[in-house]
This record gives sequence, C-alpha cells and structure tokens, in this order.
Amino acid sequence: KERMTIPQMDMPAQDPVLRSKNQKEVALGYTEEMAIIEASRCLQCKNAPCIKGCPVGINIPGFLDAAAKGNFQESVDIIKEASLLPAICGRVCPQETQCMEFCTVGKTLKDPMKSVAIGRVERYVADLERETNSIKIPAIKESTGNKVAIIGSGPAGLAAAADLRQDGHEVVVFEAFHKPGGVMIYGIPEFRLPKAIVEKEIDTLKEMGVKFEMNFLVGRTRTIADLIEKDNFDAVFIGSGAGLPKFMNIPGENLVGVFSANEYLTRSNLMKAYDKENVDTPIYQSKKVAVLGGGNVAMDAARMALRLGAEEVNVIYRRTRNEMPARVEEIEHAMEEGIKFHFLTNPIRILGDDNARVNAIECLKYELGEPDDSGRRRPLPISGSEFIMEMDTVIPALGNGSNPLIKQTTQDLETTKWGNIVVNENNKSSMDRVYAGGDIVLGAATVILAMGEGRTAAKAITDDLKNR
Amino acid sequence: MNKIVEKKQLSDDVYLMELEAPYIAESRRAGQFIILQLDNNFGERIPLTIADANESKGTITIIFQAVGKTTIHLSKLEVGDYIENLLGPLGTPTEIKKVGTVVCVGGGIGVAPMHPIAQAYKAAGNRVISIIGARNRDLLIMEEEIKKCSDEVIICTDDGSYGRKDLVTAPLKELCEKGIPNEVVAIGPPIMMKFVSETTRPYNVHTMVSLNTIMVDGTGMCGGCRVTVGGETKFVCVDGPEFDGHLVDFDNMMLRQKAYKTQEDQATHKCRIGLTGDHK
Ligand SMILES: Cc1cc2nc3c(=O)[nH]c(=O)nc-3n(C[C@H](O)[C@H](O)[C@H](O)COP(=O)(O)OP(=O)(O)OC[C@H]3O[C@@H](n4cnc5c(N)ncnc54)[C@H](O)[C@@H]3O)c2cc1C
Ligand SMILES: Cc1cc2nc3c(=O)[nH]c(=O)nc-3n(C[C@H](O)[C@H](O)[C@H](O)COP(=O)(O)OP(=O)(O)OC[C@H]3O[C@@H](n4cnc5c(N)ncnc54)[C@H](O)[C@@H]3O)c2cc1C
Ligand code: SF4
Ligand code: SF4
Ligand code: FES
Ligand SMILES: [Mg+2]
Repeated sequence: KERMTIPQMDMPAQDPVLRSKNQKEVALGYTEEMAIIEASRCLQCKNAPCIKGCPVGINIPGFLDAAAKGNFQESVDIIKEASLLPAICGRVCPQETQCMEFCTVGKTLKDPMKSVAIGRVERYVADLERETNSIKIPAIKESTGNKVAIIGSGPAGLAAAADLRQDGHEVVVFEAFHKPGGVMIYGIPEFRLPKAIVEKEIDTLKEMGVKFEMNFLVGRTRTIADLIEKDNFDAVFIGSGAGLPKFMNIPGENLVGVFSANEYLTRSNLMKAYDKENVDTPIYQSKKVAVLGGGNVAMDAARMALRLGAEEVNVIYRRTRNEMPARVEEIEHAMEEGIKFHFLTNPIRILGDDNARVNAIECLKYELGEPDDSGRRRPLPISGSEFIMEMDTVIPALGNGSNPLIKQTTQDLETTKWGNIVVNENNKSSMDRVYAGGDIVLGAATVILAMGEGRTAAKAITDDLKNR
Repeated sequence: MNKIVEKKQLSDDVYLMELEAPYIAESRRAGQFIILQLDNNFGERIPLTIADANESKGTITIIFQAVGKTTIHLSKLEVGDYIENLLGPLGTPTEIKKVGTVVCVGGGIGVAPMHPIAQAYKAAGNRVISIIGARNRDLLIMEEEIKKCSDEVIICTDDGSYGRKDLVTAPLKELCEKGIPNEVVAIGPPIMMKFVSETTRPYNVHTMVSLNTIMVDGTGMCGGCRVTVGGETKFVCVDGPEFDGHLVDFDNMMLRQKAYKTQEDQATHKCRIGLTGDHK
C-alpha cells in the first residue's frame, strides 16, 4: 500500500541548547498539515490491533480517520468516549509500549517507534479543541441524591470524579496539597506537561459542579470512617497515588545535597523554585549532579537539574539503555540536552565533607551475565571496579512505594504486603462503600492506567448505589 | 482560607495567633503540627506546632518566632486577615501514658509545643515537673500556662535575669541524680535537645524529643524531613515528630537544617529591609 511509504512526521521541538535553560515545553506539537499526514498513515486495519495496546481501548482507527479527513472535533469526540485526558495522555503515555507497540505499520517496519504516531495526533486534536475554546461541558444527569468522596486529585481521582458527576452524584475531591492534579502537577515538569493544560481539565470539572477541598489529608484531617459516618458520604474512592520515595540504603544518603526525586521535583514544579526572584521555596544550587535510576522520574529530575543551572548532570543506571523504563522520547531528549549516562554502573556510597555536604559518589561497574529464566541478561558486579566521581548533589529516583497513612487509619482496608490496596475487578476494596484505583492499587503505573481505573470504579459505584 | 481571629505578641519576636480551622481543632492531638503557606503561588510551606485548640470555637493556636522570610511575613498579618493554605493535623500524636513523674524541658520557642504535651501528661494523672529556659527574662514565654499544668516549675535564663542562671540541663541533672524522672520530654533548639538527651543517657531515663527538620509536603511524600534514628532513616513528618532522643543523630540533623542557609539569609535580609512585599 502506498500509505506505508509516507514517512512518520517528526515532532518539532525546541532547540536542545535553548531549552536546557528554560522551563517551556520541549515538544512543540504538530501543525494541522502534519497531523493530517500522520493520521493518514493509518491503514485502518479491520482488527485494529492498536486498540488492545491502549489501556482504555480508544477507537484509534476511528479518531485517526476523522483527523485524516480534517474533522478534528469529531476526532477528539471519538477519543473522549474512552479517555478523559487526551491532551495529557497524548504527551505522557509510553506509546511505544502501548498502542504503538501493536500497530501494523510499526510491525511491518520492524520498529514500534515508526508506527503511526498515535499519541501525537491525539495531542493535536485535543490541543486544538482546548485552544479554540471548544471544550463542551458534559451533560449532568438528574441528581441521584448520593454523595461520593474522592481522595486524591491525580488522574485516577479526576477521572472518577468526572464520570460520577455526570452520573448525577454530588462529588467532592479531597486533596492534601494546595493545588489539584497529583503527580501531573507536582512531579511531571512543566517542560514536558504544561501545568495550564492540567489546570484547564480541572476547571472543566469545577464547571461540571465537582467540588474541591484542598489542604485536606484524609486519615489526619478526617478519616474515611468520618467521611462515611459523620459527613454522610455514600461511597469513597481512594486515588491517593504512590508517593513514598525509595532510597537505596547506601551509606551517605542522609548527607546534605541528597534529595529524593520527589522532593527535588516538588520544590521545582509545584513550589516553582526555578523562579528564584519571586518564590520563597529554596532549591539547592548544584554544579555536578548524579541522578540514580532509569525511569521517567530519573529523566525528569536530571533534565530539571540541568534547567536549574547545573553544569554537569549524570544519570547512573545499573542496566543498559535498552532496559531503561523511561519513555524513549525522554531518553533521546535528555541525551540531546547533554546529560551524561553511565550504564552498567551502580552507586555504593555517597561521600561528604566536614559539613556533611555531598562531595563525591562511589560506584561499582557491572557487566552483563548469562541470560536468566526471563531471557534477560542480568547485570553482575565486576569486583575491584570501584571508582569515585566528584558530585555535589545526588538525586535517588528509584520510584515510589505506597504511602501507609490511609491504611494505618482505616482498620478494615485490606492491602498487599507492599501496602497496595487490594481490589476486585470493579476496583472495589475489601470495605463496604470503599473503592480504590491508580498507583495506590497498581504500584507505580501510568497516567492512562490510573485514569482507566478511576473510570472502572466510577461505573461500579454508580451501579452499586442504584442497588441500595 | 483560614481566618486569623486573635493575635498577641508574646515577646520581642514571638507571636501567638488563633486561626479558624474547625476540622483541625476537632481532630488534633498533643504533639501534632500544621503546615501553612501564605501565598498559593509564591509562598513556601512551613510547619508549626499546634500549641492549643478550642474545639467548640473551631480554632487552633500557633506560637511562632519570626526568624526568617515566612515567619516575619506571618507576624505582619493582623486579625481578620487570612492564611491562604493550612494543612493538618500532621504527625503522629504523642503517646501519653501514666508513668509517674514526667519532666518537661522546654527551651525558647520550644515551650509552646511543650505546653499541650505537659497538659496531656498532667491530664493522664502524672506528676509534671517543667523546666523552662530562655536567653533572658524578656524571651521567656508561657510561664503562666506552664504553671497551670505543672506540679513544679523550674525557670532558667542564660543571663540570670530571671529564675536560675543555668542551662536547663543543670536542674535536669539534679533531678536525675535523685532518681525522680520516669520520663523526660524535651523540645527546643536541636542543640538543647541533644544535651538533654546526653544528660539523661547515663541514668537510662527514656527521653522523648520533638524534631524540627526542614519539610515540604508533611505527608511522607518527599523525604526531605528524614533523620537518622538508631541507624535507620525516619521521616519526621509521619514517623515523628517525636523520637527517642538517645537514638537520634542530632549532628547530622543540625547540618541538614542549614541546607539552604545562604538563600534563607538573603531572603530574610531583603524582608527585614522591606525589599520584598507580601506578593499581593
Ligand atoms: C516524576 C514522574 C514522572 C512520571 N512520568 C510519567 C509519564 O511520562 N507517563 C505516565 O504515564 N506516567 C508517568 N508517571 C506516573 C504517573 O504520574 C502516575 O502513575 C499517576 O499520576 C498515578 O495517578 P494517581 O491518580 O493514582 O495518583 P497521583 O497522581 O499520585 O495523585 C494522588 C494524589 O492524592 C493526594 N493524596 C495522597 N494521599 C492523600 C490523602 N490521604 N488525602 C488527600 N489526598 C491525598 C496526593 O497529594 C496526590 O495529589 C510519572 C510519575 C512521576 C513521579
Ligand atoms: C514539626 C515542626 C514544628 C515546628 N513548630 C514550630 C513552632 O511551633 N514555632 C516556631 O516558631 N517554629 C516551629 N518550627 C520551625 C519553623 O518551621 C521554622 O522556624 C520556619 O519554617 C522558618 O521559616 P522562615 O522562612 O521564617 O525562616 P528561614 O530563614 O527560611 O529559615 C530559618 C530556619 O528554619 C528552618 N526552616 C526553614 N524552612 C523550613 C521548612 N520548610 N520546614 C521546616 N523548617 C524550616 C531551617 O532550619 C532554617 O535554617 C517547627 C518545625 C517543625 C519541623
Ligand atoms: S491514550 Fe495512550 S495508549 Fe491510548 S491511544 Fe492514546 S497514546 Fe495510545
Ligand atoms: S494498528 Fe496502526 S495502522 Fe492499524 S488501525 Fe491501528 S493505528 Fe491504524
Ligand atoms: S516533609 Fe516531605 S516527607 Fe516529610
Ligand atoms: Mg523560609
């Protein structure tokens, strides 16, 4: 087919040298023409294998076909049947391991990165809708008289809130922080996901009549039992996320200059510490930074450190580039920006001066051993390969465990030994009237998975409330 | 938004404020704190202990020392003004038990967070001896309140302008020698808590300290507040703020508290000479 000969449209991006000094978005988005050409690369496969790669099952050939014909509003309407946050997921989904992995075009070209750039077209149509103020406030069903509490305003909570409100319930979102959005606001940086986009989604929810109670820590300000018994909520959805930073437990981790990626990113994103002239929250002045880990969190922390003025940023990762869990695009962008990667390297000790300030990190080199049961070659330490690199800042970015607060303050809530809430296929927990979804159930996952779980729970809540 | 309903100046740079916060007033326990932010976009988040609460009025009391940018700015707000963001109660409440005689040691501004704890120990049927200290008479706060919930009060000032001319550790050591304390609680500057812990260590008296590390979220998410306790890493905002003083690595904690000293001093200086406004 001739469609197969159309090359994938490149994503325009800010110049690497310029962007490594500002907080503005790196990927600039397609033009109308590019979006149409890219959408027309879709072969409209009858069995549409791409759909099974999308965690929420968006009708991908449907929305691409509409976009290819220039019917952008129809296109975004098709997406919104399945996904609440296309402008966000189009930007942050790990597409190459989701929809694009299964795309026939990519299979034929033997590279998922060459598949139809589904997320980029998704982003285009969603941005267009927002920028032209065409977002419609969804219709709200007649009031059911039921009240639902949502704990946490990340993608899981927001998705649940949107669906529950449309079903006619009164919905209140309780959030510990002073701004809603969860990791999309405090973790993922502006240069990858502009905060204005997340704020716009939240404004839409407010217009729908969803109430937001900020500075409210469920478990401390009030417990889940209080919400049900004293405040008469008929159901509770827990979308409290992961949010318990992991450390490596190596010597020197409590020196001054060691920050969890969560702290580093919260200071710089949510608290805007990059705006040194105007904000009160300080951030460490770094010259040489080591970031430990290979996921999205590590890429974000490394690229943020560069933007805050570090002269040299090093990513230290135990395996090789192929095993890095970060999105391929972020790794490429980080490399273009001049971040150094040390693969097959593992930190064993952080060293400090007399004032307990970090001045170096000691690492051990690894090599790939024989393939293990899963067929992956395991990294093995090379004895005697210790070496020291001078550093003034170390940022462990090793992912997050689950915050124990809700578990500790909610007696009958069943959790796994890692503290994740146990739910059934409808995202209902072991407790009557209590549901959960997103990272608190899945462990660290993705925005789209969290959103999908919020929607599953919302449907179950509406069904269960009908039968009461 | 939380309204300021009462404001008092307790000493040169120490202020008391009563804030509208009905949920916090209802659920707080001794030993817990709040985090406040004065401006949603530009302000920083700072922790302050809940010094008292009035459940029926729906208010809490904070007592703070104006030491830098945010606390100076806070001290300039008046009754009727609002605090933009207020989160709480945070931290694990003090475990109050009937143990016999409890010696409560409060230094400087630490007397304020000590007050609800002394009250709770007294209410649980303990004999409470309070040792409160300050650099001089003018800086001593809450003497009356402490007297109300204590069986005995010992006052120390560095310059002898009031009470004994001694560090708080001197009368504490005397009490330990007589075998009086069954439990010691110390709140104040880290250096004071460190020496209180060293004073009680030889007598094996369990000593609880309340730590004031640098915080951001206060919910266990950032790890910025971590300290080493008995060789293990703990998060002060959720595992604490109270810990066994004999196990805390105070030296590391004190160095960590100074992580942003240069930037803080610049901001404080600008604030004092009136270069920075209140963002509004
Ligand atoms: C730095 C970083 C980069 C990432 N990059 C990507 C990416 O590129 N693509 C991708 O798909 N995923 C990415 N992820 C993962 C993704 O962000 C998460 O999987 C997703 O946000 C989980 O959503 P959630 O709704 O479950 O929780 P969260 O987004 O974590 O939101 C939970 C919210 O609940 C609040 N909360 C917690 N406890 C309470 C309580 N007791 N009371 C009240 N409120 C509470 C929290 O303050 C928070 O706002 C990244 C994560 C991080 C940290
Ligand atoms: C659990 C807890 C309870 C506290 N209770 C009280 C109290 O009841 N009354 C009181 O006066 N003070 C209390 N503090 C200390 C108070 O938080 C700091 O004095 C305040 O944050 C200083 O901010 P600043 O901008 O005015 O001064 P800065 O000049 O910015 O800071 C002065 C010093 O305060 C500390 N500090 C700065 N920022 C923070 C932060 N975000 N979190 C914690 N410490 C910080 C640092 O050691 C710093 O060097 C408490 C601290 C903690 C952790
Ligand atoms: S939501 Fe994510 S996985 Fe689904 S189609 Fe869009 S980019 Fe692909
Ligand atoms: S698999 Fe690829 S080519 Fe086929 S319908 Fe899906 S997006 Fe289009
Ligand atoms: S203040 Fe962030 S974990 Fe304690
Ligand atoms: Mg400050």
